Amino acid sequence: MRNIIIFLIILMMSGSAFSASVNIAHDFYLFNSEEQKISFERLTNQLRCLVCQNQTLADSNAPLANDLRQQIFTQLKNGYKEKDIREYLVARYGNFILYQPPFNYSTFALWIMPFLVLSGGIGFLIYYIKVKKR
Amino acid sequence: MKNTFSFFKKISILIPFVVFIMLAFFLWRGLSLNPNKIPSPLINQPAPAFQLPLLLHANKFGTQKDFIGQVTILNVWATWCYACLIEHSTLLELAKNHHVNFYGLNYKDDESAARAWLLRYGNPYQTIVTDKEGKVAIDFGVYGTPETFIIDKKGKIRYKHVGPITVELWSQTLNPLLSQLQSE
Repeated sequence: MRNIIIFLIILMMSGSAFSASVNIAHDFYLFNSEEQKISFERLTNQLRCLVCQNQTLADSNAPLANDLRQQIFTQLKNGYKEKDIREYLVARYGNFILYQPPFNYSTFALWIMPFLVLSGGIGFLIYYIKVKKR
Repeated sequence: MKNTFSFFKKISILIPFVVFIMLAFFLWRGLSLNPNKIPSPLINQPAPAFQLPLLLHANKFGTQKDFIGQVTILNVWATWCYACLIEHSTLLELAKNHHVNFYGLNYKDDESAARAWLLRYGNPYQTIVTDKEGKVAIDFGVYGTPETFIIDKKGKIRYKHVGPITVELWSQTLNPLLSQLQSE
């Protein structure tokens, strides 16, 4: 019983910590429209902070993340589309800034591998079961 | 069929071993990769356009045109940056002995603090521009000071280094590249 209570307390605390960190980003920005706000949240959650690389721009408190959020905000206000802003940042920081890497020559193994392994595993399983039945 | 099955059974013993070897290889390779080294898409691109005030001359500006006609070392630094102080003595030494355009970009800094810093530790730069808001630094893809760019006579970025410049880096990489660019 005690363990369950401790577990629940930890769970509650981790939940609040999580939501607090997610909310850092958009507290100070006033958008023209709800659409812009959604774009901003989507972008900052898909882009990597280059200083603390396991955090998104939305999560990070690094000065550079702050500057880049400001840059994204200004560009959205000036009517740039999400795609333009993503291209703007990739032109400066490379594909590394994207949490979801594009499909190209250097990343095709990364994208193909899971499907190869999966189909290989299924093939192996089917073969194994068939052979064992006999 | 039975034969193939026993053959299959024999090699299936090897599967965990092969998987282990592959995993070990990738993990071992991962150890020698530096996650702070992010390849820059700006290599072989013209330096981004900018116009920034000079630190040591009031009402004067530096632009990307300053790079044309000479090989430039563009060094991004700040007084709040600890690693910048580490490389500073190396920079001073190099600036004294080599005929290259040492161009400083003072990044998100306080101007008077920057001037005091140069007085105290010495000034290796021929020109210093101040990027107080860090916007030009974003155009250069700067994410961690100090950063150093080598720019050729046509104003194209040819090399980028993140982190302090060391004597080894200079003698093994930067110096050969600079002499190559000088003769281009």
